[in-house]
Amino acid sequence: MLNEANAHCVVVIGASAGGVEALGEILPRLAGDLSIVAVVHLPPDKPSLLTSIFSPRCSLQVKEAEDKEPISSGTIYFAPPDYHVLIEENLHLALSLDEPVHHSRPSIDVLFHSAVDALGVNAKAVLLTGANRDGAAGLAAINAAGGITIVQHPAHALAPEMPSAALSMCRPTHVLPIDAIAALIGQFPQPRRDAR
Amino acid sequence: MDAQVDTQAHDLLSRVGDIELTMLLEAIYLRYHQDFRGYARASLKRRIAQSLYKFGCPTISRLQERLLHEPTTFTEFLRFITVQVSEMFRDPSFFRSMREVVIPHLATYPSVKIWVAGCSSGEEAYSYAILLKEEGLLDRTIIYATDISSQNLEQAQAGVYAQERIAQFTQNYQRAGGRSSFSDYYAAAYGAATLDRSLKAKLVFSDHSLSTDSVFTEVQLVSCRNVLIYFGDALQDRAIGLFRESLCRKGFLGLGSRETLRFAADAAAFIDVVRAERIYQKC
Repeated sequence: MLNEANAHCVVVIGASAGGVEALGEILPRLAGDLSIVAVVHLPPDKPSLLTSIFSPRCSLQVKEAEDKEPISSGTIYFAPPDYHVLIEENLHLALSLDEPVHHSRPSIDVLFHSAVDALGVNAKAVLLTGANRDGAAGLAAINAAGGITIVQHPAHALAPEMPSAALSMCRPTHVLPIDAIAALIGQFPQPRRDAR
Repeated sequence: MDAQVDTQAHDLLSRVGDIELTMLLEAIYLRYHQDFRGYARASLKRRIAQSLYKFGCPTISRLQERLLHEPTTFTEFLRFITVQVSEMFRDPSFFRSMREVVIPHLATYPSVKIWVAGCSSGEEAYSYAILLKEEGLLDRTIIYATDISSQNLEQAQAGVYAQERIAQFTQNYQRAGGRSSFSDYYAAAYGAATLDRSLKAKLVFSDHSLSTDSVFTEVQLVSCRNVLIYFGDALQDRAIGLFRESLCRKGFLGLGSRETLRFAADAAAFIDVVRAERIYQKC
């Protein structure tokens, strides 16, 4: 059994069109005790291939989020198709079948807004390529709450609309190309096992 | 949900914080004995925030005042908070497993009782009625379908669904291994589909709360799909405790496709039957 995560080592990520390629530049480069909770827009009626794509390529454990699952360190969680995923204050994952937001379920905004409540100033969010506005408001909320926000530079994104929408709503902590994002996440503080 | 409203609603709720929300849930419990205090907080906050817009209230305190003094508004609020847009035969592979794995066990009982807990507007309960009818069990079955919202129950009892939803229901029915044609089970008129009377005859819709009520009968199957995701840990444990108590020995429990007993207190009282479909059996 892995350690349960603590708030400062949880990173939320949102991606849409071009997201699988972008995540392919980030997730395989991560190691250690980080926890990632990711929403990628996918068709609602098909099984997701994300775990089978990323499991063999990542050193972190990769799985689909289950309801009431405690967030473990060293694990990447993907939202299951057709469910929103949220983070509760006790750092457990929660699913919901509430209406789509921005025509999306899972929605990045739903995840990011829950991260504001659950993680507060410790929230760290990454918004990548995409062709809609999902995630912009949630990212702005995390920014306003004092969390760290990272947006993929629109000029480097396959679909610039989503990063641009976020930039129109707030001034994020970092606006970077994908390589630099991967390097930055790798430097985030990690939980010290001996502190437990 | 309009994304703009959703964002504004969330910002509003963030500003007012948790205090009003806690007081609202307490007030609702004291006034109406509906207990949302054990619900999963993150989703509940979103729905409450959205309800501020629906009811035109600038703050939760204002909403609380209206709900305390206007029972009809509370009825509407309750439906807004609890309604779950479902489909008939949602997750067809689940119902296929029910047909292939669980029904043969149920067929060995002289009479069958099923509890659909949190039935919302009835889609799941009617799906079971069709399934049992096709397997020749409906005549000796009673399906108890329960919910906390009287408006949900009225709609479920009516068994009338918008015509545009029927294509999805039909597709699900076929994928779930339906033995007939879905059109045998409804009559269409004026843009609405009314489900067949013979299905309703064996359905009992009633008011029951997994938060505050206790077990009402012994059943061989409990189906509670995509309800527990809205519950916090303790309330989920309470609900699963009720299912355990209500189920006969070797009785079955079906959950939503992303729900699991793994993190529940009573997990050891059940074994996996069809793991992928979240169908369990009481030991």
